[in-house]
This record gives sequence, structure tokens and C-alpha cells, in this order.
Amino acid sequence: MSLTVDIRKNLGAFTVDAGFEAGNGITTLFGKSGAGKTSIIQMLSGLMTPDTGRIVLNDKTLFDSANRLQVPAQDRQIGYVFQDARLFPHMNVRRNLEYGTRRRKKQGTDAPKFDDVIEVLGIEQLLDRQTHQLSGGERQRVAIGRALLSSPRLLLMDEPLAALDTERKWEIIPFIQRTQREFRIPAIYVSHAVDEVLQLADRMVLMVDGGVAASGPVEDVMNRPDLIRVTGAGDPGSVIPVWVKDEGMDAGIARLSFAGGEFRVVATGLEKDTRLRLRVRARDVSLATSRPKNVSVLNVFEGRVTSVSDDDRPQAEVSIDVGGATIWSQITRRSLQELEIEPGSNVFAMVKAVAIDRPAIRT
Amino acid sequence: MFSVSPEELEALQLSLKVSFWAVGISLPFGILTAWCLARLEFPGKVLIDAIIHVPLVVPPVVVGYMLLLLLGRNGALGSWLHDTLGITVGFSWQGAAVAAAVMAFPLMVRAIRLSLESVDRRMEQTARTLGASPVDVFFSITLPLSGSGIVAGTILAFARALGEFGATITFVSSIPGETTTLPLALYSLAQIPGEEGGALRLMIISIIVAFAAMVAAEIIARRVRRRIAGS
Repeated sequence: MSLTVDIRKNLGAFTVDAGFEAGNGITTLFGKSGAGKTSIIQMLSGLMTPDTGRIVLNDKTLFDSANRLQVPAQDRQIGYVFQDARLFPHMNVRRNLEYGTRRRKKQGTDAPKFDDVIEVLGIEQLLDRQTHQLSGGERQRVAIGRALLSSPRLLLMDEPLAALDTERKWEIIPFIQRTQREFRIPAIYVSHAVDEVLQLADRMVLMVDGGVAASGPVEDVMNRPDLIRVTGAGDPGSVIPVWVKDEGMDAGIARLSFAGGEFRVVATGLEKDTRLRLRVRARDVSLATSRPKNVSVLNVFEGRVTSVSDDDRPQAEVSIDVGGATIWSQITRRSLQELEIEPGSNVFAMVKAVAIDRPAIRT
Repeated sequence: MFSVSPEELEALQLSLKVSFWAVGISLPFGILTAWCLARLEFPGKVLIDAIIHVPLVVPPVVVGYMLLLLLGRNGALGSWLHDTLGITVGFSWQGAAVAAAVMAFPLMVRAIRLSLESVDRRMEQTARTLGASPVDVFFSITLPLSGSGIVAGTILAFARALGEFGATITFVSSIPGETTTLPLALYSLAQIPGEEGGALRLMIISIIVAFAAMVAAEIIARRVRRRIAGS
């Protein structure tokens, strides 16, 4: 799959001017609310018309202002999962699921099958229910199933978990991961929540004020020091790919390998060799210029400072390269001066095992 | 006193026939008109809207006379219909149905338009992303979701058609067995001394029919609402 987007649209309050590419897997359109994320996927779906630009999906041009070409929404074969599910209230769950199937243009052999979809999403028991009898999480699963069953070439998901409470959210994420594993339909996933993105997305398109600030693999964008204030959303941190070396039999402490060594975190129930993403918040990382002795901190890594943020706030973000991985530390400027830390310095980064959130599972 | 005479029964049957045809034929146009008014912006929309509402605001006799001028044997449209298609609307039960339809049309359009405007447009967009063409969306989403309003509009129009008097008597006069509907029969019986019994019976029948129609409307509307509960 390849999606090429280069579109502009004046929305009155601000202008969307976005160019990016997306491939297989899940690409997240990430940014604060009001950054133009929803407008972009509306234009991808054909429900909104860009002023100028081009949208090409695989080798088919869906929109091209230069050639006055606009494929209507119903002919784009792009599935759309809305934040509020939008199940049809006059149809039961089964009829909702079948709505797109009955209307799809070609009966592709690789299209998701009804039985597979309801099995993967765990909605077999809901088929004969009316939509108002469903919980928020169930509604969203049915909405995902309905979109999948229209055999889309691309799936758009507009903050599908934003309307759910935290607990429900964590129930749905594994279902989205499973659908991705089973059906491999490329997806654009709109979000402003770091935790969702770490669980689901392969690539990230970072949106700021209607434009694309950066795009690339999630780790690369999240770890870029110049974007820390944007990606961090008030609580900056680095994203580190790890895999489970030891599943937490040692006093409830799991050992996770990464490029620069081994993290020890409080977690149980992790499967050995699972790939994970660890988010280490900058404010949980302290620095020392010599190897600390007699400290309770379990994670101490030696590394080299690659950058120090430069503005007039009393705190500074320090980016440290640990064997190829990036760890960020947020310390006061005063400490920075006292310890004489600057780009190139050798430092020891310390992270308390209890400070690290349960890692995001990558499949 | 409740032995209904053949003439009275005939008036009832004729009324039902006229109303059914009036509503049945005008319903598709009513839905189309309501949809255009609810969803489209076009020049002269206000004027069209006003014209549709004319029967609601002018005296029914005026509408009847307009129909007579337009559709009567010598009328502009009427003579053409007669000469080319051999259809005569004047002084026939079809004419009575036309009069009833014209009078009931604004009520029908108003109710349907309101319910179309209350349909969640986002549902229609969702259907588009699932591969439904605009026409498909209209029949599979818009129409079912505005079902209760369409039922309400239909019944309202039916009740209005049943009660039509002024336009009917002006346009097609009162010909027993052809254009003498229930209200017309009731009116003429009320004019004749000694026929109070018949007038009373027709009055009661009128009330029962109208009442039954309203109850049926409520039941159907409720069923439709229950089907789309949670919306």
C-alpha cells in the first residue's frame, strides 16, 4: 500500500496544508486537537474536498485539483471508523456489519470474511442486538468490524478510543492489534494520546497548526529533540524499543533488553521475547557525572549528552545517547551548570524501576 | 337510529377512496418536495416554499376556484388533458381527490420536512464511506430514519383529505356517488329538515374514522421510534 497526500484547504479559522506518505501498518496522525487531523482524514475519505492538491492511493488518483478529478466517497473503498461509532440506529448489529459488504464493488478473495471479523473482534454474541443495547466499547468494535467488512484498501480511524474511559480503552486496543495482525489493512489512526500511539502505530505524522511538522517511524519522531515540546504534550519522554529478556520472575521485576543495555521495570505477565515500547519520562531520569554508589535506583546507564534544550525555562531537557538508544532527562538549569553538563559530556542516567509505566506491547 | 343508509355508506366509501388516492399519489411528491426544501439551497426556494403553503393560508373556496380555472373542461390544463389524454378531472371523484391532495399537501410536506431535517447527516456520511451512492443512502438511511415523521405527515394529510369541503364543492360540486364525500353529504343532510338523524350518524362516523386514523398513526410512529431507539 502506498498513500501520497499533498493537500491544502482553507478552513476559515486556520489552513490545512499537509503533505505526507503512508505505507503498510498503522500510521498515526498525531497532534493536539485543532491541528487539522480530522479535516485531513475527511479529505482522504472524500467527505470533504480540498481546495488544491493531490491524493493518490496505490496507483489510483482519488483527488487531483489540477485535473479536476474527484472520486466520490462511495467509490474510494476507504473505511472510516468515527470517534462516536455512528452505528445505524434502525438496524441491528448484523445488518450494520453487512451494510458495507452488500455494497462493495468487487468480491476480492483476500477481503475480510464475516466469520473471521466477528471472531477477531469478539462480537459473535452481539449480532442480534439492537445498537442502543451496546456498551461504548462494543459499539466501537462493531464500527471497526463494519468498516473492515466493506473490504477497504485503507482504514481511517478518527480517535476511535477518545470517547471511552481508560479501562475500556485498554480493552479495545488488543482488538485493534489483532485486526491489524489478521487482516493487514493499512490504517491511518488519528490520535492525541501518546499511550495509544505507542501501542498501535508504526509510523507517525506529527501535525502542528494544520501542517506536518515531522513524519517517520514513531520512535524517531518521538525522540527528536527539536520536537520534544510538541510530542511530549506537557510531559516529555523518550520512546525506547525493548524486548523481554526475563518475564518478571525475579521479585516482580522484569528485565527488558534495549540497544544500550537492560531496563529493569516493575511488571509481571510479560511474555519472553515480546517486543515492547518503553516510554521513559524525562522528569523520571536524573543525571550524575560519575557512577553513583549506594543508590536504590536499579537502572543506571552510561551515555553521552547529544543535546541540551536552550530556552529561558528553569528546567532543561537533556538528550543522552546510550548505546544508540535515546534517553531524555529533565533537570534544572542550575544542576546543569553545577555539574557542567553540555553536549559531549559523559553522564550516568538513572531511572527508578517503579517510575516506568507498564510498557506498550508491540506485535 | 344506527342503521346506516346506503347513501351514507356510499359517502363514507367515497371519502375513503378519495383520501387514499389523494394521499397515495401525493406522498412521493411530498417526500421529494420536503427533501428539496430540507436539503437543497436554490434560488427561489422561499417562493416555492410560499407557493406550497398557499392552500394552508387562503380560503379553501379560493383553491377550489383556482383548480376549476386550471383543470376545468375549459381550463388551461384541463382542456389539454381532455383533448390529448381524454381525461376529465372536473366533476368526478378524481377531481375530488385532486382537491383533497392539494389541500393536504402543505401539511404533509411540513411534517416530512421537519423529520428529514432531524435526520443525523453524519449517518448519511458514514453510509457513503461504506460504499452507498447518494440515492442508496436516501433509501437505506434517510428514509427509514425519518419514518415517524413520514407516517405523521401521511396521516395528517389523510385526515385533512377526509375533512376537505370548500375546495371540493367549488371544484367538483356535490354529485351523489361521484363527488359527495362525507363532509359534503353531512352538509346537505343538515340543510334538510327531518334529516337530523342522518347528519348525526355521519358526524359520528367522521369522528370515528378520524380518531382511528390518529390512533393508527400513533401506534405506527411509536413502532418506528422503538426501532430506531437510542438515536
